[in-house]
Amino acid sequence: MAIFVNKETKVIVQGLTGGQGKYHGLRNQAYGTQVVGGVTPGKGGTDIAGIPVFNSVAQAVAATGADASFIAVPPKAAPAAILEAAAAGIRFIVCITEGIPAQDEAKVFNTLVRDYPKTRLLGPNCPGIISPGKCNIGITAGEIAELPQAGKKNVGIVSRSGTLTYQALYELKQRGIGVSTCVGIGGDPVPGTNFIDCLREFQNDPETDAIIMIGEIGGSAEEEAAEFIKAHVTKPMSAYIAGVTAPAGKKMGHAGAIVSGGKGTAQGKMDALSAAGVKVGNNPTEAGDLMAEIIAALG
Amino acid sequence: MDLFEYQGKQYFARFDIPVSRGGVATTVDEAVKVADASGYPVVVKAQVQVGGRGKAGGIKLANNAEEARLHANNILGMDIKGHVVKCVWVENASDIDEEYYASFTLDRGAKKHLLMLSAQGGIEIEVVAEKDPDAIIKLHIDPVDGLSPGAAHKAAVDAKIPAKAVDGVAKILVQLYRCFTEGDCDLAEINPLILKPTGEVHALDAKVSLDDNAAFRHPEWDEYRATEELDAREQLARTHGLQYIGLDGTVGIIANGAGLAMSTLDVVNQVGGTAANFLDIGGGANADVMAAALEVINFDEKVTSIFINIFGGITRGEEVAKGIVEALSRVTLKAPIVIRLDGTNAEEGRKILADAGIPESTLISKPTMLEAARAAVAISNGK
Repeated sequence: MAIFVNKETKVIVQGLTGGQGKYHGLRNQAYGTQVVGGVTPGKGGTDIAGIPVFNSVAQAVAATGADASFIAVPPKAAPAAILEAAAAGIRFIVCITEGIPAQDEAKVFNTLVRDYPKTRLLGPNCPGIISPGKCNIGITAGEIAELPQAGKKNVGIVSRSGTLTYQALYELKQRGIGVSTCVGIGGDPVPGTNFIDCLREFQNDPETDAIIMIGEIGGSAEEEAAEFIKAHVTKPMSAYIAGVTAPAGKKMGHAGAIVSGGKGTAQGKMDALSAAGVKVGNNPTEAGDLMAEIIAALG
Repeated sequence: MDLFEYQGKQYFARFDIPVSRGGVATTVDEAVKVADASGYPVVVKAQVQVGGRGKAGGIKLANNAEEARLHANNILGMDIKGHVVKCVWVENASDIDEEYYASFTLDRGAKKHLLMLSAQGGIEIEVVAEKDPDAIIKLHIDPVDGLSPGAAHKAAVDAKIPAKAVDGVAKILVQLYRCFTEGDCDLAEINPLILKPTGEVHALDAKVSLDDNAAFRHPEWDEYRATEELDAREQLARTHGLQYIGLDGTVGIIANGAGLAMSTLDVVNQVGGTAANFLDIGGGANADVMAAALEVINFDEKVTSIFINIFGGITRGEEVAKGIVEALSRVTLKAPIVIRLDGTNAEEGRKILADAGIPESTLISKPTMLEAARAAVAISNGK
């Protein structure tokens, strides 16, 4: 088991003929992901390393039976690409595009909720998702993810930041701890999938025994997650929040990472998670150490 | 990007939101000229992006050219909480019957647009929220539907805006919402929104923050970019297209990814150091980007050690290493580098650095983020 994606997931890449789409699409395929097609308007009938390219998502779905899409197109084109995938019946969309205007993101999100409630969007501006050994959609280097181990305790990871997602995978690999699924939800103001969506799935996933959550300054997603954890998550958790030393009023790289009006501070988020019973580390290594303790205690 | 008041008013005007007649001036003579054209009395307002300019003496009423000259002369060059006044906005003074508050933002929790409206304006909305929370109405707007004139009217009534002003306020709400959405604002705020004795409703101030991600469809934003308040380090970083924020510490930071960069600042702080900056070289950074990043860090005179923290995903270790080697051949670094390199092609990267024959007084490699942070801080603190 894993959450959202597994060995059966069939993926198309929107933007497969572009630089990013090609590089990461082929890497995902090499990892073992079923990459069944690509979509680039006007390039239907061609192929990339044997992967057929279609003019539209609808054509790609009809020909391949794809149920997931990896979107790697520029910010101007991404909102329409997301809606096209949803309209074609794609169930799970991963959008790595960075730099989509917040107004477009808010419109896309609310359109999905209203018109395509069965479609889940991961991202935009996220590293993607990896269920080690089964499926990798996005830009994560698959080799840094430890495979889940039968008969041992495995960990689910959910993170707002890309590189800290890799750091978390790496911390677990160093300690020989297997990963069920690792989800990067992205650092934008309106993520399609939030912490709570992932926590709910991890709580219900028999392969996940414990959860690491990595947050950052800005917004109130971590505080809302803490409320959810208190009420619904019984699996043990460790966490880390980036941005303790970030100055107020500055966007720290991510469009969503900003402390404004005294709200969205790292300390506030750490306190909320601690109060919900989560073990909070002061840096990614500490969060890894705390998780190792949790796993040891689980036996 | 935060706009100055005068830029916000100019932006409002694009969406037909009524603002006072006036103009911007960088010299005393210009200010008098604008005052003459606007019609006395005028208000001379310091243009700085910090609150409390009225209290600091940065907003003055002038009844004639002589007073306008005096005030402009005092205000231009004034230091308000560390911000030097480079220009003033001079506008025709308005008679005010009442002051209201209106703003649009994105409510990230609800994932909807949020209108905040209050019949109590002219003071900070946080103060109103604390003293009298019921005086502010909050209305969520689905971005797909937008704000209808009917909904704007109802909001004005609900906020207890007096009947004589409801139509005017509702009209401005619709205009301000258009500014917020089509204008790609993170924040569009009017405080105060005033009712004049003539019955007109009018924006007396403008607070606008633009969404940088939307710059590609707003060529008109270029002029705002030119006046942004950046320090010299930030200016240089911008010319290289780097995500850089200047801070006050002594450890120069280069990392890939916003989260890792933030985390690097935190770890440096935890082991007793202070970061000189936030610098995210982003995904897929190549040798040129790394060289540019080192150039910007090297420009900062406070920097006494440099911490490069790379976890390769899209970014590849060998590109980072090539960049460092190239940068060292181009510029003489004033501070030594401590590097931690992991992830995609880190092995190759470490080999390139080892083979380049760089002395240990210039570059030290450490296996983990914590160890690297400790080493960088020790150097920076002179230990």
